[in-house]
Amino acid sequence: MKPPVFDYVAATSIDTAIAALAAAGTDAKILAGGQSLVPMLNFRLLRPSILVDINRIPGLDYIRETERDVRVGALTRHYQLETSPLIAKLFPVVACAMTHVAHLAIRNRGTIGGSLSHADPAAELPMLAILLEAEFGIASANGARVVPARAFFLDALTVDLESAEVLTEIVLPKLPAATGWGFEEVARRHGDFALAAVAVLLTVAGGAVKEARIALTGVGATPRRAAEAEALLIGRNPDPELIGRVIDVVREIITPETDLHASADYRRHLAGVLAGRAIAQAWRRACEPSP
Amino acid sequence: MSRSREITVTVNGTVHAASVEPRLLLADFLRSTLGLTGTHVGCEHGVCGACTVLVDGDSARACLMLAVQADGRVVESVESLGRIGQMNALQEAFHEHHALQCGFCTPGMLMTATDLLRKYPLASDDDIRKGLSGNLCRCTGYEHIVKAIRAVLDKRAVR
Repeated sequence: MKPPVFDYVAATSIDTAIAALAAAGTDAKILAGGQSLVPMLNFRLLRPSILVDINRIPGLDYIRETERDVRVGALTRHYQLETSPLIAKLFPVVACAMTHVAHLAIRNRGTIGGSLSHADPAAELPMLAILLEAEFGIASANGARVVPARAFFLDALTVDLESAEVLTEIVLPKLPAATGWGFEEVARRHGDFALAAVAVLLTVAGGAVKEARIALTGVGATPRRAAEAEALLIGRNPDPELIGRVIDVVREIITPETDLHASADYRRHLAGVLAGRAIAQAWRRACEPSP
Repeated sequence: MSRSREITVTVNGTVHAASVEPRLLLADFLRSTLGLTGTHVGCEHGVCGACTVLVDGDSARACLMLAVQADGRVVESVESLGRIGQMNALQEAFHEHHALQCGFCTPGMLMTATDLLRKYPLASDDDIRKGLSGNLCRCTGYEHIVKAIRAVLDKRAVR
């Protein structure tokens, strides 16, 4: 259970990181928080020729507000996002969900960019990115490009990132006023990966739902939105009857798998229950007078 | 074998310079290179928490960090907390409340609790249990560990 031999370079800028990745070809790996990569090295599931450590690149860990959005540097640690007053104010659903991510020692090291690039099918952050319609800033030798979260997650542990590209920034567009949130997760033990988790945002106008977002994780190869279920809520008041119908649609459209933690049937049932609860929470919060 | 790197790490207040292979884990650097065997190694993939240390004041799994990454950093292991006859408040509470049986998980429990006590109010015992969820005690002596941490909080409130 020791890592295989690899070469190592501590990049001092995005440009030196990209150059080192490009020079190494396809078997280099970026070392950020290391909380998923190092276990895979210890198990020798990966044998990269070189690790490009980006931890010493200055100015990549920040949480910054602009007029339209909040920008999170890719090297921001989970614990920073969990405890940021700006995030608590503008994206309380993120602050809540982050306390479910692993354990303090992992959250101290693990990075936002690392978790999103790793794209575990049961992780919270990819689901939050889909929910918040985040955009990802990606740097490479050919310049910068921006990818929306909905196009970024391609398959389990597979994202739209080339081997010599670095995810540098996550952009979270601000939410409309009168938006309430809900978050529900079930894991075998606090901090474990979700058997299923659901995050909901409801924007309310004139006593009815104006905009609805339902995002799920742990119930397929990638996190997903439940667009068909969202559509049912528009213009309506989510009473128990309507929530029941939304739950049915959620269960119909997801494609969970059986593994040693839970069966597909259990995950399907669970996702429905959690979606119902999260919708009720979001509705209640959206209807509360804003502070 | 990959080229070794020179690193300088402050461990428990002492500056150590060493030449390390990039693949050397921080846990093995502490135990084998420096002889600080208080940091225990259980699962070696970040699940059991036995190797938890503080890096620049924040708890971290020493099995999920490379020694080269600790270059220029300040590392504190369980040996920094106290000595026999001079234990700190948390260690005293573990002693008082029988919070260890075989002792294998204890260094990780102590270092995790040190960080939890600094960062979270831990208002309920449930909060303590959630905070410790990443540290496994195979003697299953969790009740006493929770009691010990609660005792530290109670003593702090009295003061």
